[in-house]
Amino acid sequence: MSIVFVEAVGLVAPGLASWAEGRAVLAGDAAFERQPLPALQPGILPPNERRRAPLGVKLALLAAEQATLGATAAAAQLATVFATSDADMDVVHRLCVALAEPNRSVSPTDFHNSVHNAASGYWSIGAQARGASTTLSAHDFTFAAGLREALIQARIDDTDVLLVAFDVSPPPPLLAARPVPHAAAIAMWLRRQATERTLAQLSLEGMPGPESVMRDAELERLRRSNPALRSLPLLGAIARREAALVHFAVHGGLALAVRVEPR
Amino acid sequence: MTPLAISAFTLTTALGRGRAAHADALSRERSGLAPQAIEGCGLSTWVGEVAGLDVPLAGALAGWDCRNNRLAQAALEQDDFLASVARSRARHGPARVAVFIGTSTAGVRETERAYRERDPAAATLPSWFRHRETHNAFSAADFVRIVLGLAGPACAISTACSSSAKVFAAASRALAVGQCDAAVVGGVDSLCFTTLYGFHSLQLVSGAPCRPADAQRDGLSIGEGAGFALLERGDAPFRLLGYGESSDAHHMSTPDPEGRGARAAMRAALARAQLAPGDIDYINLHGTATPANDLAEDRAVCGEFGTRLPCSSTKGWTGHTLGAAGVVEAALSLLCIERGLLPRSLHTRAVDPAIAGNILLASRAAPVRHVLSNSFGFGGSNCVLVFGGGA
Repeated sequence: MSIVFVEAVGLVAPGLASWAEGRAVLAGDAAFERQPLPALQPGILPPNERRRAPLGVKLALLAAEQATLGATAAAAQLATVFATSDADMDVVHRLCVALAEPNRSVSPTDFHNSVHNAASGYWSIGAQARGASTTLSAHDFTFAAGLREALIQARIDDTDVLLVAFDVSPPPPLLAARPVPHAAAIAMWLRRQATERTLAQLSLEGMPGPESVMRDAELERLRRSNPALRSLPLLGAIARREAALVHFAVHGGLALAVRVEPR
Repeated sequence: MTPLAISAFTLTTALGRGRAAHADALSRERSGLAPQAIEGCGLSTWVGEVAGLDVPLAGALAGWDCRNNRLAQAALEQDDFLASVARSRARHGPARVAVFIGTSTAGVRETERAYRERDPAAATLPSWFRHRETHNAFSAADFVRIVLGLAGPACAISTACSSSAKVFAAASRALAVGQCDAAVVGGVDSLCFTTLYGFHSLQLVSGAPCRPADAQRDGLSIGEGAGFALLERGDAPFRLLGYGESSDAHHMSTPDPEGRGARAAMRAALARAQLAPGDIDYINLHGTATPANDLAEDRAVCGEFGTRLPCSSTKGWTGHTLGAAGVVEAALSLLCIERGLLPRSLHTRAVDPAIAGNILLASRAAPVRHVLSNSFGFGGSNCVLVFGGGA
């Protein structure tokens, strides 16, 4: 299959507060230190929308902002793929608590924020992006499903694509049923043509293989902690400017293979 | 795009189970809507509820039991859909058949029940609650994949009320790029308090059967449903000719009043189908019967097609099946092509004078070569599909 180029990456994870920090850690130039997430204040949202936006949306948009490098005109032209296993579990929790009460009085803002594609909606408003946007889920395999869709869409619909993967940590009592210990988001600006900023090129391959893991034990724990961070082996190859065949586990014990080449 | 063969399709809604039941309801002008009688629900509204979903899933599928998956199972078992997929699986191999399923609710009804039954002092939900097999959006796709024995690419698409229209676009792309040789697309959404009380909180639910495009319309009737289609390369009596997707970039829960995003998606769908507006014989509208949706959609339709093209929403028949609406209305569109039928906008008495489009107030027989079907969702998510008969 034909090649897609990574123009830029965004990253928001515990101890990897930005792509600049994350790249240094993943390339082995800096030690990994687990830190709380930075404050989530995406500048792209108008103040009204920022007040209404739930945590997952702010997290997703912060990563998306990083990955679009402040290029507002270009960002408005991008198709988007949002990949999230469970979207905003805080909102789900509040709705389910309200619906368990006798008067079942739910907040209209919570309800419209509960749609799985809320982040896509807020991004399109903030970035004035009027192109196609998909939001998908594949449980723990959501990043691979999102990457597959984004790479396919770039080639078949002939468009540059912004891929954003995120999941938050559910509040109790949902946390015990869906143990994601902390929030994280990653984003990638994917282009059909290489530019002077291109970080790497990607292509889908047919070759099966065992799931790629992180060599460092702490980073491997991080990879397994959030569906969005299943992207770490790919981000590691990009950070180290390495050629690699990265395998992502998908449903049913299968794998998705992505070839990475540095530029 | 290269047109895709729709080798099989089916649907289940409040109108009944399968294609024949739907064709019969359309010809007899029988609505599926009824006053809601859901246990514990105090709302005064009409719903499109599917009857007979009271039997739990058993055997190897028992762990997946929830209303959403029961509804999916019921739909998969009709209209020879299982046999059609089995033939495709044998021809291409299970790893070459993809699964794309749209859902907005998945099995959140189970999560609601778990919260009602929880011990507020405990940090956990009751032990019977299973997140992955019921609540998680992917449950709908994974369940279908397991029932059908498929191992190709699979995901759930969840973009509110455009979800199961967008699965046709994703499947088209996956086929075009060679990631699969066939794709099962579909959608499943089930009645639950989240959507009933949620739309009520936004004052978008009618107290009576919904009346799309009517001057007196006052909101939607919520429904539930499931539908599936099998897409392959080649020719068949029904074909997917085009898809178009766009974002409103306007508001989270209100459409752009000018309908610009909707119109852009219709244009993109026509362009992919290599058809002109005059080639379309009928539009199955999104037509939720909220004041804002129907007006914005009419602007978009009349801007692109003028005011003479026959249009109707089928939400007065089925209710708004939300995440299943895209595929339910795709299947109804295919029945219109098969039967040469233009269905009327049920419950609509007098068209809003502000709506300029040709809303069908009476069903009639006519040759239908090409249908365009609109699906729009919260977050400003628009998807438009174009269907036709065989080449």
